[in-house]
Amino acid sequence: MKLEMRDAPGQLVAALRPISEVGGNIIAVIHQRNEKSDKGDTLSVQIVLELPDNRLSDLVRLIREQGVNILRIGHERLLYEKTVIVIGHLIHTDLGDTVDRIDSTGFAEVTGLNISMPAITQVSSARLVIRAVNREDMEQAIEILRRVSKEKNFLLVEPLEGIE
Amino acid sequence: MKVAILGMGSVGKGLLRVICERDLGLAVTAVADSRSALMDRDGISIEEVLEAKRMHGSCGDTSLTAMDVVTKGTYDVLVEVTPTNALTGEPGLSHILAALARGRHVVTSNKGPIAREYERLRRCAAEKGVMLRYEATVGGAIPIIHTLECGLAGNRVLAVFGVLNGTCNYILSRMAADGLSYEQALLEAREMGYAEADPTYDVKGIDSAIKLVILANTFWKKPVQLEDVDVTGIDMLTNDALRLAEEQDCTIRLIAEAIPDKGILRVAPRTVPLSHPLVVDGTLNAITIETDMAGEITLIGRGAGSVETASAIIGDILFIRDFYEGSHKKAP
Repeated sequence: MKLEMRDAPGQLVAALRPISEVGGNIIAVIHQRNEKSDKGDTLSVQIVLELPDNRLSDLVRLIREQGVNILRIGHERLLYEKTVIVIGHLIHTDLGDTVDRIDSTGFAEVTGLNISMPAITQVSSARLVIRAVNREDMEQAIEILRRVSKEKNFLLVEPLEGIE
Repeated sequence: MKVAILGMGSVGKGLLRVICERDLGLAVTAVADSRSALMDRDGISIEEVLEAKRMHGSCGDTSLTAMDVVTKGTYDVLVEVTPTNALTGEPGLSHILAALARGRHVVTSNKGPIAREYERLRRCAAEKGVMLRYEATVGGAIPIIHTLECGLAGNRVLAVFGVLNGTCNYILSRMAADGLSYEQALLEAREMGYAEADPTYDVKGIDSAIKLVILANTFWKKPVQLEDVDVTGIDMLTNDALRLAEEQDCTIRLIAEAIPDKGILRVAPRTVPLSHPLVVDGTLNAITIETDMAGEITLIGRGAGSVETASAIIGDILFIRDFYEGSHKKAP
């Protein structure tokens, strides 16, 4: 979520305290001091957090009680991780580019890469860990990977998941 | 109940033996193979037919054909177990259509006609008020069609996930367990008689896709075709990929997947947790069904074999007999 608060000492702590009160877990805090706000000496902060089910409305109320303005709340608030296996000529087809196609989306990134290359003429196999903030973004990231795999003749092995 | 059997391959012969050995109340009134046929309205001697097939390679009179049996034979149920042709469905398709047109029930293990022309065959059977059953086409001995149609009647099927090809599962099990390469595991599968000389249909995922189409047509509201399935085979898999999966307590299996709400019809190798019920060994098949009321149900069993397939066919024949008991007029 994106918060807006007065740029004064103690404000950030005041805004973050309710998160632990509702049993949440802060994953990232992005402090954007350089973002110009037309309201003067305010500061906007983006927070990525995990929350127990059904605690979002409590959190919103508590943050507002601190006098902090909530500018935006992301649609899905789940942190998604998926591990896939890719088989093919990964190096010769520019592994950097393959990873970058995901990273450059801005909403998903490759956070782990484990590659095995048996011999120069043989195909390599790699395990990729992909992270995204929500399910839709993850699905889009996987869709990009499917396209790249088709384009570069990779075999993409996705995890089997139940229906969600 | 009078039964005519078309096809004297391992399935046909296995079925004949089972009918011969068990007192099921079934009389075989006709048999046919690709070269000959034999008809007797009072019932033929199964031992003699099997012996003739063993000695001469044909079961009966070479002036008669399978189609003669279909159109002129005396039977209540036609059992169509000729070899499958995934492209045209023939000759099984013509046999089934002709039997249904005569108002006879049909039981088949032949995937081609069911995957290709299910809608047409279903309508044909409905018009004549007879049954078309095809339990043996998917999952061998596993009663998946009965489970979907009868056991789970009234449920909405949300998804079906299946390990539907024993050859692929054998190859993947062997690669995972003993570190064989894909080529070595395929070679071994051939030596064990689990893979055809041309394993393309199996390893490219086509056989699984055909079975997925049959399953989807059974529970999905709209008719689906083989062309609707997104198919990826296992022939590019490496040992390293299996090792990478194992490091995360997973393995790789060829999974056929149908999720109506998302429009997903897919066959592809997937990473699956080792603890997942679909992770079965060797040539076994496994199918997980997710429904709104029953939740998740997994069936595991032998996906091939002549007696196993006979089990599915017998189940279908007896289902038809019990359903029409008392109301069905016997064949003259």
